[in-house]
Amino acid sequence: MFAYLVRRLFLMLVTLFGISVVIFFLLRIVPGNIVDILFAAAGYVDPADEVDLEKQLGIDQPLVMQYLHWISGLLHGDLGYSYVSEKPALQEILPRIPITARLAGLALLFSASIGIPLGVISAVKQGTRLDYALRVVSLSGLSLPSFWLGLLILTASVAMFGQIPIFNPNPATWLEAFATYAVPAAAVGFRSAALTMRITRSSMLEVLRQDYIRTARAKGASDAAVNYHHALKNAILPVITVIGIEAAFLIGGLIVTETVFNIPGVARFLVEAIRWRDYPIVQNLVMLIAVVVVSANFIVDMLYAVFDPRIRYTD
Amino acid sequence: MRSVWALAATAALSLLAFSTATFAGEPKQGGILRMYHRDSPANASILEGATYSVNVPFMGVFNNLVIYDQHIAQNSPDTLRPELAESWSWSSDNKKLTFKLRQGVKWHDGKPFTSADVKCTFDLLMGKSQQKLRQNPRKTWYTEVNDVTPNGDLEVSFDLKRPQPSLLAMLASGYTPIYPCHVSPADMRTHPIGTGPFKFVEFKANESIKLTRNPDYWRKGRPYLDGIEYTIITNRSTAILAFVASKFDMTFPTHITIPLLKDIKSQAPNAVCVVEPTNVSTNIIVNSASPPFDNIDIRRAMAMALDRRAFVDILFEGQADIGGTMLPPPQGIWGMPKDKLETIPGYGQDVNANREEAKKLMQKAGYGPDKHLAVKVSTRNLAEYRDPAVILIDQLKSIYIDGELDVVETANWFPKVARKDYMLGLNLTGNSVDDPDQSFYENYSCGSERNYTNYCNKEIEKLFDLQSQEIDTNKRKQLVWDIDKKLQEDVARPIIFHARAGSCWQPYVKGITIMSNSSYNGFRYEDVWLDK
Repeated sequence: MFAYLVRRLFLMLVTLFGISVVIFFLLRIVPGNIVDILFAAAGYVDPADEVDLEKQLGIDQPLVMQYLHWISGLLHGDLGYSYVSEKPALQEILPRIPITARLAGLALLFSASIGIPLGVISAVKQGTRLDYALRVVSLSGLSLPSFWLGLLILTASVAMFGQIPIFNPNPATWLEAFATYAVPAAAVGFRSAALTMRITRSSMLEVLRQDYIRTARAKGASDAAVNYHHALKNAILPVITVIGIEAAFLIGGLIVTETVFNIPGVARFLVEAIRWRDYPIVQNLVMLIAVVVVSANFIVDMLYAVFDPRIRYTD
Repeated sequence: MRSVWALAATAALSLLAFSTATFAGEPKQGGILRMYHRDSPANASILEGATYSVNVPFMGVFNNLVIYDQHIAQNSPDTLRPELAESWSWSSDNKKLTFKLRQGVKWHDGKPFTSADVKCTFDLLMGKSQQKLRQNPRKTWYTEVNDVTPNGDLEVSFDLKRPQPSLLAMLASGYTPIYPCHVSPADMRTHPIGTGPFKFVEFKANESIKLTRNPDYWRKGRPYLDGIEYTIITNRSTAILAFVASKFDMTFPTHITIPLLKDIKSQAPNAVCVVEPTNVSTNIIVNSASPPFDNIDIRRAMAMALDRRAFVDILFEGQADIGGTMLPPPQGIWGMPKDKLETIPGYGQDVNANREEAKKLMQKAGYGPDKHLAVKVSTRNLAEYRDPAVILIDQLKSIYIDGELDVVETANWFPKVARKDYMLGLNLTGNSVDDPDQSFYENYSCGSERNYTNYCNKEIEKLFDLQSQEIDTNKRKQLVWDIDKKLQEDVARPIIFHARAGSCWQPYVKGITIMSNSSYNGFRYEDVWLDK
């Protein structure tokens, strides 16, 4: 097991190295750079001033040198400076991480706490009106774009209560604090909950047809014990996989949600940084996302062994 | 006796009513003005900016030498007021402009303001100082200035190569704040220091901008507000919903499109909303360096095919203006009168007749019903660019031109235009001061960096200089109208329309004036107060 862990960690490092190369060079292939954009914003082009600015920012250097400079800085904990704000990239990124992490965490919690129980109920009550109703809910969750859902929530809040849950960095009450994160988390988590619900349902249906479930019932085990102890435990693996993948892909939904609800998290910041071609911000943020994705995969793999005793990682 | 009491009571009530009425009109001190900001500006340096995303939030941090009266909507030579200068005077040959400076003014960090700061600012703008601005978009404004010379701490003179009455207009722009000598341009981008009514507190990119009251402001009793907070909200729908829900006291100025204004008025009927021209024209840039638009007949045909009223009706529900280069009257000071405008080919009221003429020109150039001209219409990937481009393509069909929309990301737009890698471009041009010198020299002068089409006509260039030196405003206007007419006839940069936009605020916000011929000059906000 230990050797497996070491091998996985090594592979993670190799993957992250590969990602860093891809991110760095892909970002430079995109047309336009910060200098073009700054001058575009100023409405004129002055080749001499542009050259000066490229030199100041160090983007006149060969790409390989720029890459090595970034990686060596990264290894020393120096993420460079934002080209736009001229502040250290770490100072810009760090305060935004908890905001997005809370939002993503709450969205995932929402996804799991709603999606799994409803998926189980839907499977257990297969073919009933409740099942059909839950399937309609899950289908609509998969069909509604999160930006549309977000705007719908905002419009309804204003129309019904004259209030709008705009991000408040200093909430005065618990209710405000809850509204700050819960509403947008619900908007982004709805799709994820719907997906979890569908996967849970189909996985449960498959397990419920197994012989050992029939045996358990024949032994006189209660419905709750059969459904939750025997069936769910065996049906949960694909659900964990999906939640793990969702955790990785949540960032896409968060970009939209953070924009609609005006939440100053890293997801929205990333889009703005891409717009400005603010390389130090973009490459560090994408690396951060890569670390999250790779780690999520690793954690999912480890959880397999916890939930399914048949899975053992040998050395 | 009863009547005496009644009389006394009536008198007392009248007095109370009078005093209340008077009191309600008196400005009150205190409160934070909450606004949303439409996007995150690149930095806080007004001198380096060319968008009012910079100029709106930071104008209150600074002062100019002179400023347009913040309570008169139309900027004109008559509304110029002293600010850091107490007075100004021209020399007899109109080649020297001298300012007497205000005494006792301090920078926000406590250092005294002197004439040296004025010199530093203009040396920076003219590219004469060792320190450089990252971008200097308005360098051309000062090409006629030889030097800026301090005469002691409280006097400064601008020595000009030739008379240029418009210099005062440019000094009054929100884009011309005085910077301190002791702070580097780099620091001004991240933490601006000014002499203005509000002190900079913080600018969190994509999040917020905060200003606080300057307690040592040289204008005693101002500002009324304790501060201004801008929350950056890039999603327009969210921002407007937040305003409707009273999260904000005011919308970002001129951010409300005409169709959206109806929504606001229906959801927040008490909101005070005004619609004013932005002095931003939507126009066509023509690449006349290569075929087919190197042919003047095709350029003229294209300009004559425009149905400007249709653009205005579709995009602005009728609330936009048709004019030449200069913003049309009555808001515009220098725009051509309607009768002169309609003598320009393509501006006549009869669109069908204009298009018949255009078709003849196209046929002369070898095109017709059986041979259409295929063109690409390039524009930026922003709604205010894309939407008119689509209408333009539709209109060009009427004269045998088949247009194809070529949407370009903002980052690539100016490099593409600079490379002349386009045929037709749908473009927006903002004029920061309603003055011909700003517009003509910046957009149409040979060699100007913002003359995207490289239009160059030496004859017109002479006329630019002639009008620029003219002291008599009426004579200058006649010259300006003639130049503007020639620019349209030359199809230098055909103007389609001049946009209008809305700004709204809650009824308790007082002292706001939206400038009617500039989107850049009315954000000092030292007289704004909250009646609550």
